[in-house]
Amino acid sequence: MSDHHHHDHDHDHDHDHTPITVDEMPSYFDLMETAVRELLVERKFFRADEIRRQIEVLDSRTPALGAKVVARAWTDPAFKSRLLENGRTGCEELGITFYDDTQLIVLENTPEVHNLIVCTLCSCYPRPVLGLPPDWYKLKPYRARAVYEPRSVLEEFGTSIPDDVEIRVSDSTAIIRYLVLPMRPDGTEHLNETQLADLVTRDAMIGVIQVAYNREAV
Amino acid sequence: MEGSLLAKLEKISGVVPAEGEVPVFDEGDMVVIATRSPIGHYRMPTYLRGKIGKVEAIMPQMAMDNEEEGYGRNAGSKGHYYRVAIPMTEIWSDYIGSANDGLRIEIFENWLEKPSDV
Repeated sequence: MSDHHHHDHDHDHDHDHTPITVDEMPSYFDLMETAVRELLVERKFFRADEIRRQIEVLDSRTPALGAKVVARAWTDPAFKSRLLENGRTGCEELGITFYDDTQLIVLENTPEVHNLIVCTLCSCYPRPVLGLPPDWYKLKPYRARAVYEPRSVLEEFGTSIPDDVEIRVSDSTAIIRYLVLPMRPDGTEHLNETQLADLVTRDAMIGVIQVAYNREAV
Repeated sequence: MEGSLLAKLEKISGVVPAEGEVPVFDEGDMVVIATRSPIGHYRMPTYLRGKIGKVEAIMPQMAMDNEEEGYGRNAGSKGHYYRVAIPMTEIWSDYIGSANDGLRIEIFENWLEKPSDV
């Protein structure tokens, strides 16, 4: 905590807002995290700047990376086959590094198979290529229901999968992560790789939706 | 793809593989997931214990038994993870959906048994 003097919010703004303050007491887990972190730093297991650096690494990972991988797979069949053979080395080809020692399986959606990913035990997620998972991915309703009633879960995301299409749910555990390779939508033949990447969203790479292309909106 | 490792190991005579290096299960093998319930954090989800599945692939990268290692015990040699396919109807008797719907999960070797063992 700093012992600098406090001052009111009286500097020159041309807008009003309430001062940004944190009034809530830290929770049990906030305190535990701070205590464990300070102890580990004090015992020199790692340095404070290493934690900061790792947060920077995590913040640099967003679904835009995954979208790039998908768009490349849609436009380059040789890349796609290497990616399906080994997801991690495929992503590494595009400069996406894997800092966490996980492997990656890329699951291809086809007219016959729709893939959905979940981690029933916690929140395993392909963070190197997608960044942090959405909150719903980490919460128990999704984790429990994705493996028990995937079709209902998909309906709630607005995704209707015909009965003759197989639903394949992959449950992430210790060392393997998954990325869904969605189907390229019809009518996108004229789009280039960058334009295609813009169509690909996080949710499509988790498998809760399909990639849509609305010709009129583009 | 990893079935080829098995073939390779068998082909070269005189090469002695390390403990655990030759996968116990092959692609297409039926497996039963063990039903043991050790106390602590284990990466084998409870809802799948005792279920029957089929080995779809052998994971190319061998890994340590992180459940042992996680408790500070020496996990010894690395072992194989298998990608196992389990029909949803095998997991849930009241499953609503297509009979083709299925689950996939990577399971460490020491959680898998041959069906005849049961």
